[in-house]
Amino acid sequence: MLAYAVRRVLVSIPVLIASTFIVFLVVVNAGDPVANFATSRNPAPSKAAVAAFARHLHADQPVVQRYWNWIVGVLHGQWGPSVEPNLDIGHDLLTRFRVTVVLVVASMLVALVLAVVFGVYSAVRQYSASDYAITFAGFLFLAMPVFWFAVLLKQAGIWLNQQTGSTFLGTIGDRSPYLDVNTFGNQVSDRIGHLILPVITLALVSFASWTRYTRASMLEVLGSDYVRLARAKGIRRGKVLTHHALRTALIPLATVTALDVAQLLGGVVITETIFQWHGLGEMLVQSVSKVDVYRTMAWLLLSAAIVIVFNLIADLLYAVLDPRIRYD
Amino acid sequence: MTETTEATGAMDGERPPEEREFTVVERTQAQLVLRRFLRHRAAMISLVIFVLIVLWAFIGPHLWHYSYQKYTPDNSQPPSAKHPFGTNSAGYDSYAQVMRGTQTSLKVAILIALGSTFVGAVWGAVAGFYRGVVDAVMMRISDLVLTLPLLAIALVISSRTGGSWYWIALVIAGLTWAYVSRVVRSTVLSLREKEFVEAARALGASDARIIFRHLLPNSLGPIFVNATILVATGILTETALSFLGFGVQPPDTSLGLLVSQAQTAVDTRPWLFYIPGAFIIAIALTINFIGDGLRDAFDPRQQRVRQ
Repeated sequence: MLAYAVRRVLVSIPVLIASTFIVFLVVVNAGDPVANFATSRNPAPSKAAVAAFARHLHADQPVVQRYWNWIVGVLHGQWGPSVEPNLDIGHDLLTRFRVTVVLVVASMLVALVLAVVFGVYSAVRQYSASDYAITFAGFLFLAMPVFWFAVLLKQAGIWLNQQTGSTFLGTIGDRSPYLDVNTFGNQVSDRIGHLILPVITLALVSFASWTRYTRASMLEVLGSDYVRLARAKGIRRGKVLTHHALRTALIPLATVTALDVAQLLGGVVITETIFQWHGLGEMLVQSVSKVDVYRTMAWLLLSAAIVIVFNLIADLLYAVLDPRIRYD
Repeated sequence: MTETTEATGAMDGERPPEEREFTVVERTQAQLVLRRFLRHRAAMISLVIFVLIVLWAFIGPHLWHYSYQKYTPDNSQPPSAKHPFGTNSAGYDSYAQVMRGTQTSLKVAILIALGSTFVGAVWGAVAGFYRGVVDAVMMRISDLVLTLPLLAIALVISSRTGGSWYWIALVIAGLTWAYVSRVVRSTVLSLREKEFVEAARALGASDARIIFRHLLPNSLGPIFVNATILVATGILTETALSFLGFGVQPPDTSLGLLVSQAQTAVDTRPWLFYIPGAFIIAIALTINFIGDGLRDAFDPRQQRVRQ
């Protein structure tokens, strides 16, 4: 198992290099920050200033050399220059990662717990009214654009705050700029209040697809011979469900969850834009619109690494949970 | 998918006429699939609604007396007989704008589905048919594309190409074909071992003929189902891009752009926000149901009731 994990990590290194190189080519050719600098300022900067700016961004070097310098720099903890003055990309990435990781982890947990509860219920009561209701809700959530739902949720939060005269549900940022009473308890409740609406937004799509997954996988297990045997032996229905069926049914869900992390990163971009969080999503939108090559690359490298790590976790989880699967 | 006939003769009670040798009506694969699809109620209702939306979006603008890019003297009007979806604060007729937006979003989604289905299906079929080194190289390329985060890469590329609908569609299709190639490859891997492929080869059919006349037509089930998923993914990605300001640009419009422009007016002019959103949901929802119906029609085994 350990040997397999090590081998997988080693294999993913060339994939990471190839994928970052392609992405680097795309990002470098997606816009010209030097031209932006030269044309968008008034008074126009001197030729020497433009040349210095190009040198600062390494825009005067050939692409292959830029890529090589970038990757060597990253290995040494240097993330390259930004178009923003005095912005340390590594520090920026770390600060924003801390903000976003809370949102993503909380959403995954919420989506997972709800998906298992509703999926199992839906499978056990197959073709009942509640099964149809849950299935239809799943279809509806899958069809709902995240940004539309988020705006709606934000409005609902503001309305609820006005009705109750409280400021508990935060709709802007991941915390209040200042608190009246700055105790630990207040800080925690402030953070939770700001988390609720974005977490619902981000969890929604994953919840919908994972519920359908749980239902399908649970139905498959409930139809299998060993579950019938367990019932025939006289084990109570509830115990068969939790001890025999659910454990097996959750195996495919574990891998799907791990693989869906990449999709969640896309949802983060929209959720953070609407609720104005200063996280990774906002970083991507900012760096793309300012044609900030190295800042965009930092984001994409992090996301590629996350995807590769979670692919590995998915494979390993599969082996841990299902003893029939062995990696040699 | 080897079965080509299905028993539909009179089974209970009535005895079949004596003079006929067979009571089973012969049906082709395509007829069977069509019959099963027609009986899938949710899918049929969805298909009707989807077709109506498509017709409305493409024919409607020619019949409607306001244009999506012409001011009207009425500002911020709620829905009325004159303006069924109201107007926005600049006086644009929202009915004309939603029609145009639906048309753009549909064009993007359908081009994404067609483009990535075509490339992905051929790619996957060739890789699965030749196996070996060809397969390994082609599938590593699709794996590489699959590691790229869809929304992020689409953001980066459309910041350069931005604006026109076909660029947005091509950018998204350039990232989604890899999903199709994986699905088609796995279908082709099992199909190529079947007897009819061997028979075709024994008759001297060329590789291209086997791929295009035998393998691809027999993989149509998974290909169609995937195409519907791609239409839904396509419309949600395009609207998200337009919402973030990297997709369709004014004066043209799309459903995502309309929602984006209305997000500050949810309370004051709710019709501007809810109607385009409802259209996005209606399109994605009906397409998903159609896909579900197609899946059941092509592969009835998945439907079996278990206890």
